[in-house]
Amino acid sequence: MKLPIYMDYQATTPCDPRVVEAMLPYFTQSFGNAASRNHRYGWEAEEAVEKARGQIAELLGANPKEIVFTSGSTESINLALKGVAEMYAEKGKHIITCQAEHKAVLDVCKHLEQQGFEVTYLQPDKSGRVSVEAVAAALRPDTILVALMWANNEVGTLNPIREIGALCHEKGVLFFTDATQAAGKVPVDVEADHVDLLCLSGHKIYGPKGVGILYVRRRNPRVRLVAQMDGGGHERGMRSGTLNVPSIAGLGKACELARLELPQESARTSALRDHLEKRIFSELDFVHLNGNREHRLPNNLNVSFAYVEGESLIMGISDVAVSSGSACTSASLEPSHVLRAMDVGEDLAHSSIRFGIGRFTTQEEVDFAASSVIGAVRRLRELSPLYEMALEGIDPKTVNWQAPH
Amino acid sequence: MAYSKKVLDHYSNPRNVGSLDKHASTVGTGVVGAPECGDVMKLQIQVEGDRIVDAKFKTFGCGSAIASSSLATEWIKGKTLDEALAIQNTQIVEELSLPPVKIHCSVLAEDAIKAAVNDYKSKQAPKEQQS
Repeated sequence: MKLPIYMDYQATTPCDPRVVEAMLPYFTQSFGNAASRNHRYGWEAEEAVEKARGQIAELLGANPKEIVFTSGSTESINLALKGVAEMYAEKGKHIITCQAEHKAVLDVCKHLEQQGFEVTYLQPDKSGRVSVEAVAAALRPDTILVALMWANNEVGTLNPIREIGALCHEKGVLFFTDATQAAGKVPVDVEADHVDLLCLSGHKIYGPKGVGILYVRRRNPRVRLVAQMDGGGHERGMRSGTLNVPSIAGLGKACELARLELPQESARTSALRDHLEKRIFSELDFVHLNGNREHRLPNNLNVSFAYVEGESLIMGISDVAVSSGSACTSASLEPSHVLRAMDVGEDLAHSSIRFGIGRFTTQEEVDFAASSVIGAVRRLRELSPLYEMALEGIDPKTVNWQAPH
Repeated sequence: MAYSKKVLDHYSNPRNVGSLDKHASTVGTGVVGAPECGDVMKLQIQVEGDRIVDAKFKTFGCGSAIASSSLATEWIKGKTLDEALAIQNTQIVEELSLPPVKIHCSVLAEDAIKAAVNDYKSKQAPKEQQS
């Protein structure tokens, strides 16, 4: 067993060796520019790109022509939101999103607000989910776009995408979903799910970093975008720039593997996740599950350990690579905006850990991680004045704390 | 984030963890911080005459907060109340090589010492008035 154990699969994933193998020929042998139409080098590169486009489209139930290559989800989100806003500004200037979205969506929305657009930030329920009723209630005649993530990157909660998509189509509003965490983990079908725009990133699905796609619907309705990058008019004019052929070939392979292995992998990771969850909840008191027990990713477990602070807990489990919802580690001292939006309480937000199970996680690793975290929580609770209070029957929440730092 | 060796040492082997009887007249208790800020320190002193003969702490917080309070208990043991009150957070920052983002941990430890001493003094005050 290699230490530290990697359990941060929502942050990024290692490349699958089969993906690396699919990429290698395009660095040194078939290195052509996919836009070169006059020679074999160009044709080989173009062939690789089109093969990948097909593999990606198949994972999403889309037409290959609807796939636009980008540098990753952040760029795809920028292109989708800004591109739609600029194209449809005359139709309306209202956008609906959620407070628990990724910063890439929230920051683009803030930018659009400065450009004169109006954005409704829906509050999710306590499990991080947005209901179709909440979206329906927020729709206005001038709403042009609904942007809601498929699966939350911190707590793994799945939104009711199909219902929201159907609502948007019924009302003639475009629907964008960030499927960065969901693609390859849960079935995605842009037709059945009524999705107009969707993004995913290579490095979240065992592909390379720096490559992703934006799915842009071509029929019923045909979605039009204002390009955010001007240049040679690649990707049907939506994203100029020479295509990153090796990475695109890798992304295609990653999507193919994700599609073929989804049923087994989903069952395997959720069994490991459930085992981890069971051990933590049976061996510790005062633990809280962040997220939705029913509607969630198979490979995500986000837990708050009351009366223990997240950063010190991460320090105590240095042989397990995980993320804390308390962003103290990033020097901002702010708890996660997702947990805050879910209203889990700032004290619990400071105590949360996200465990990510992946393709290469073993049962042995899960048991090691479980023992490690349980041991660290027990040790830190012996140090915790709040745990002492809790055992005395005093809820620290009822105490009037005097030093709001 | 990289922690200094001393922070790691205090985190792994915290000194003087525990609680003293907060109702005892010879014990001063200081509780500072708030759970929603991610830091709560409880520091207690046992006093004989004007000297601190024992000190205990419990801290909810990051590694630097745990180390700051652990170090504080080490330093105040054996000191007089006035010597303890003279300890400044900058000394803790220096000793533990705390980065700027963790300076608030040292401030909290200084506040905890002052709160414990003040609590002890307020317990003694009524007696002094009687005599």
